[in-house]
Amino acid sequence: MSGIPHDHYEPKSKPTKWVESRLPVIGLLYDTLMIPTPKNLNWWWIWGIVLAFCLALQIVTGIVLVMHYTPHVDLAFASVEHIMRNVNGGHMIRYLHMNGASLFFFAVYIHIFRGLYYGSYKAPREITWIVGMIIYLLMMAAGFMGYVLPWGQMSFWGATVITGLFGAIPFIGEAIQTWLLGGPAVDNATLNRFFSLHYLVPFVIAALVIVHIWAFHTTGNNNPTGVDVRKGSKEEAEKDTLPFWPYFVIKDLVGLAIVVTIFFAIVGFMPNYLGHPDNYIEANPLATPAHIVPEWYFLPFYAILRAFTADVWVVMFTSWITGGIIDAKFFGVLAMFGAIIAMALVPWLDTSRVRSGRFRPMFKWWYALLVVDFIVLMWAGAMPAEPPYSTISLIGATYWFAYFFVILPILGVIEKPLTPPATIEDDFNAHYGKPAEPAE
Amino acid sequence: MLKKLSISALAALSLSAGAAMAAGGAGHIEDVAFSFEGPFGKFDQNQLQRGLQVYTEVCAACHGLKYVPLRTLADEGGPHLPEDQVRAYAAQFDIFDPELDDDRPRKVTDHFPESGLPEAPDLSLMAKARAGFHGPYGTGINQMVKGMGGAEYIYSLMTGYTGKEKEEAGTTFYENTAFPGGWIAMAPPLYEDQLEFADGHSNDIHHVAEDISAFLMWTAEPKMMARQRAGLTGVLFLSLLSVLLYLTNKKLWAPIKGKKLNL
Repeated sequence: MSGIPHDHYEPKSKPTKWVESRLPVIGLLYDTLMIPTPKNLNWWWIWGIVLAFCLALQIVTGIVLVMHYTPHVDLAFASVEHIMRNVNGGHMIRYLHMNGASLFFFAVYIHIFRGLYYGSYKAPREITWIVGMIIYLLMMAAGFMGYVLPWGQMSFWGATVITGLFGAIPFIGEAIQTWLLGGPAVDNATLNRFFSLHYLVPFVIAALVIVHIWAFHTTGNNNPTGVDVRKGSKEEAEKDTLPFWPYFVIKDLVGLAIVVTIFFAIVGFMPNYLGHPDNYIEANPLATPAHIVPEWYFLPFYAILRAFTADVWVVMFTSWITGGIIDAKFFGVLAMFGAIIAMALVPWLDTSRVRSGRFRPMFKWWYALLVVDFIVLMWAGAMPAEPPYSTISLIGATYWFAYFFVILPILGVIEKPLTPPATIEDDFNAHYGKPAEPAE
Repeated sequence: MLKKLSISALAALSLSAGAAMAAGGAGHIEDVAFSFEGPFGKFDQNQLQRGLQVYTEVCAACHGLKYVPLRTLADEGGPHLPEDQVRAYAAQFDIFDPELDDDRPRKVTDHFPESGLPEAPDLSLMAKARAGFHGPYGTGINQMVKGMGGAEYIYSLMTGYTGKEKEEAGTTFYENTAFPGGWIAMAPPLYEDQLEFADGHSNDIHHVAEDISAFLMWTAEPKMMARQRAGLTGVLFLSLLSVLLYLTNKKLWAPIKGKKLNL
């Protein structure tokens, strides 16, 4: 499967030969597990395993929750309280699921930003990156629909606001919104279809995760230097790599264990910290909350959505030139989805020939600013839509687009990158010197 | 590197708390040192029993606890009343039974009654639904460091009446320093020497307010002690696992890495 030369599985016993000649599944597992992995991977490479853990955790806890949950506007809220009070261990299962979503997004953001720094999106890994972005979009869909299911105040009003975004599309928006909701407003039909889709999407994600892994097992992992593994011969490749099992499996498990320890502390001691208290009030279509705030992991993009108000000159100009078809509301929606599409397009926006940010002296600073920008946008998204927060959101949103559409393309041309080490082996030896005892 | 990771994890956590931002015009919330705060906090069984008395004699006149099953009054980690007392307590409220087509006294398997007044909100989850004052600057640090939550809000509301009243559209509003907006339709529910506690506990407004706040924290989060125990066990075992895996990893990589150079 991998382009890096390595040993393949040879069945030795009779039963394995019998299986392998009919379905080469043992060979597939062997090749997947023993894939040659650059030996200089650092700790930022553990988040893939954390994400796999999150997906499994959410599916397992979710399936148990479904056994006790009732998707009906009159019963949903009470059924969640039933889980919290009467189901054995139900409160833990629900808190694990609820905070599991937060861990999932926390991990995916680090995973994405790791890719952005080390240039993991660049050729030949564009498909890995695009598939990853689709997984991220599906995660957002699953997270949003899952938040609606407890049928609290934020569930209801969040659903009203977010589906309202589709209503902003000119001419056909209202029809689309009605079609999505199954009626003129968020109601029982909406809750039922969100429940159905919330159950479906994780399995689509699981399938895409396999594609994601398939893609990067074909190209091989990126690594902190961005230098390719030598593929001339098996001996050469073995100087740059180590098999995934046991070296990286154990290393990833160290990282996972530490992350899960912190996760358990949050679930055990402050499980409602990341949620909104209003969601412990049953949904009431007649009472609008003072502030409608999405979950924390949507906040950066929520800030971008709200940043482009009618008094921003870009919005005024666009509105004028399109004859009012693109108004401020629709502009905001386009900006929000555009911010994610910009990320997805980064393999073609980054013009630098050097892959890793480690060897790009100017890029480093712009990248650091992007991380700060993301955090500032997250904070601004939680604040009321009024000055100074709206101005901060606008500056943040502008930088987000500038990074992808202006800074990255220009940097590749004007920046003078440092020379990366010739091989991964050189990089590794520069850090660790000669082995104390010869490896067997 | 590990240190870096944990620092970034903490930083992201404290920042993300912005999600749970305060509802507008938040009032002044007093910090109370409740027994159940922090990872090792425990509900005070006697306090919960006193709180139940306050609820029954004062709050229940208008409010309900419709999500709380009466049998949970006997739960360990809750008021932990003897079963016969719970049965007797339940029997004082009637419920309509569709099978009998008539009212009957409640059994322990029934829930507390719903709110008697339509405008009085149900109190079951109030202590979790009113935990939204995540200062400063929406970072939630106050809640994390001081353990402030909905119980503090309820305490502050009970003790926050200034004595001023105003009438608007036929409704009397009472000034309250904790209520968002400053004016609340609920008349001051507590006054001095209103009730007697069997255990001789002080019955001034502040103590009574603490007791009812603790009781409503329990109705909102009845499994809190079990959850914290599970969390503690989880953290201990996972820490041990982390250390063992770390050592395994170190040993595994030692022949590959050799001696680390000082760079």
